[in-house]
Amino acid sequence: MSSSVDIDDITLTYKGASGGVLALQGTTLNVKRGEFAAVVGPSGCGKSSLMKLVTGLIRPDKGDISVFGDKVRGPVKIAGMAFQNPNLLPWRKVADNVLLPLEIVEPHRHRFRRDNAKYREQVEALLKTVGLSGFGDRYPWELSGGMQQRVSLCRSLIHEPALLMLDEPFAALDAFTREELWCVLRDLWQKLGFTVILVTHDLREAAFLADTIHVMSARPGRIVMTKAVDLPRPRDLEICFEPRFTDIVHELRAKIAEVRQT
Amino acid sequence: MKDLLEKLSPWLFTIAIFALWEAACRIFNFSPFIMASPTQAFGAIIQHWQPLLRHSFVTLWTTMAGFALAVIFGVALGLIVGWSRTIYRGLYPVMIGFNTIPKVAVVPILIMWFGIGEIPAILTAFLISFFPIVVNVATGLATMEPELEDVLRALGARKLDIMLKVGIPRTQPYLFGSLKVAITLAFVGTVVSETIGANAGLGYLIALAGSNFQMPLVFAALLLLAVEGILMYAVFALIEARFTHWAFRSSMSAAA
Ligand SMILES: Nc1ncnc2c1ncn2[C@@H]1O[C@H](COP(=O)(O)OP(=O)(O)O)[C@@H](O)[C@H]1O
Ligand SMILES: [Mg+2]
Repeated sequence: MSSSVDIDDITLTYKGASGGVLALQGTTLNVKRGEFAAVVGPSGCGKSSLMKLVTGLIRPDKGDISVFGDKVRGPVKIAGMAFQNPNLLPWRKVADNVLLPLEIVEPHRHRFRRDNAKYREQVEALLKTVGLSGFGDRYPWELSGGMQQRVSLCRSLIHEPALLMLDEPFAALDAFTREELWCVLRDLWQKLGFTVILVTHDLREAAFLADTIHVMSARPGRIVMTKAVDLPRPRDLEICFEPRFTDIVHELRAKIAEVRQT
Repeated sequence: MKDLLEKLSPWLFTIAIFALWEAACRIFNFSPFIMASPTQAFGAIIQHWQPLLRHSFVTLWTTMAGFALAVIFGVALGLIVGWSRTIYRGLYPVMIGFNTIPKVAVVPILIMWFGIGEIPAILTAFLISFFPIVVNVATGLATMEPELEDVLRALGARKLDIMLKVGIPRTQPYLFGSLKVAITLAFVGTVVSETIGANAGLGYLIALAGSNFQMPLVFAALLLLAVEGILMYAVFALIEARFTHWAFRSSMSAAA
């Protein structure tokens, strides 16, 4: 299988008033095409920085990053992103929020006016797959946090990106809603087949969703363990109670505890 | 019943203040050269309605002209300042310094340059009301969620896209909030300038009537000034509610 994201021995320093912060050092990571990768690690270890590097929003001091074979030199222009905060635009209705990427990404932005009806149908279809059928005409503030996060996921996927970057997207949700959204994401991924990098601090979330879990060390962050999750697919929430699942979570937990100490 | 009371309360308070004012004038029996009662002031409005109307109109249009300039330049400068951190950093101290200068001190210079008339009044209204607009527009842009910017940049959005799609719309509540402040300040600017050097306007009328000890006329002009201020404030409060209803419902209502 070919590579979709290739991070090769990068170093990243933030320059600040009180000297530089070495955020990442010697970080190497490979994600295959169509793979669901999760990155876990202690807080402040550079996970969000890694996401920004892959999408080309910031540049490393040293090392190379390739996305689908092309070296990253600036913003990648194709990646979908979603964060802990849904960041919806409060002046736009739900459907118009989801449409936003199509107003920006080529070639859609030039067809946006002409194919508006078609795009709106796509939005409605996508909203339906995340269980928000008929909510397109609402404003974001009329939706619960979990629903807003679903909208945010739709927005990150409407332009059918080959790469989806998720930075702790479910961290602010209650446990039930979070598990619901795991399934939403699982189904979307299985249906659309994009590559995902999911940053999370929830080890069960990583084990339930990912093919591969990368554990990062404390700052400066690098990958200290890569764990393949060989649980069969499609996975059901019931799997979270099976020993082979909990074994994986225990193993990850032990590793994180170890890297936090040092 | 309670709702009704709440609705009527602005009127009740206004009437109460006028009643107090009237009562104080009767009890202390002020000389008409020092103080006028509301009845005298309203009497003066009826008696001098023609000149009052003319001067009110002058004050209104000069204020609106100055305010319009302030909106145009304020929004433009606010967008420029909010566009880049470097410009924001560089211009901020300059603007603070500029805003600290009491505008009264500038009026004599304006009169020297442009002569007695409406132009100094327009410019003073502009100078005094322009700052809050710049600051609010720039703040609206500068407080954009960085993650939202990341989302858009990862899609290949240019700075202009981000401004048009997110920056400018999200600035609206800040802008409309500042317009309410700016319009009242613009009145202050106009009247200050008219008081110092003009041949028309309510400020001019107040100065003139004051020097002739026509207190009822002074207070009549002050009342009309208050009415103009309240009316314009109400207009912009309505516009604000109309255009930025979403900001009141979402978490972005903090804009001031
Ligand atoms: N813009 C920035 N300027 C300076 N330091 C930063 C910046 N962003 C992140 N850092 C620092 O880099 C380190 C890694 O940050 P981040 O990637 O956000 O970690 P994580 O997402 O794993 O919590 C942290 O110590 C943080 O303080
Ligand atoms: Mg983070």
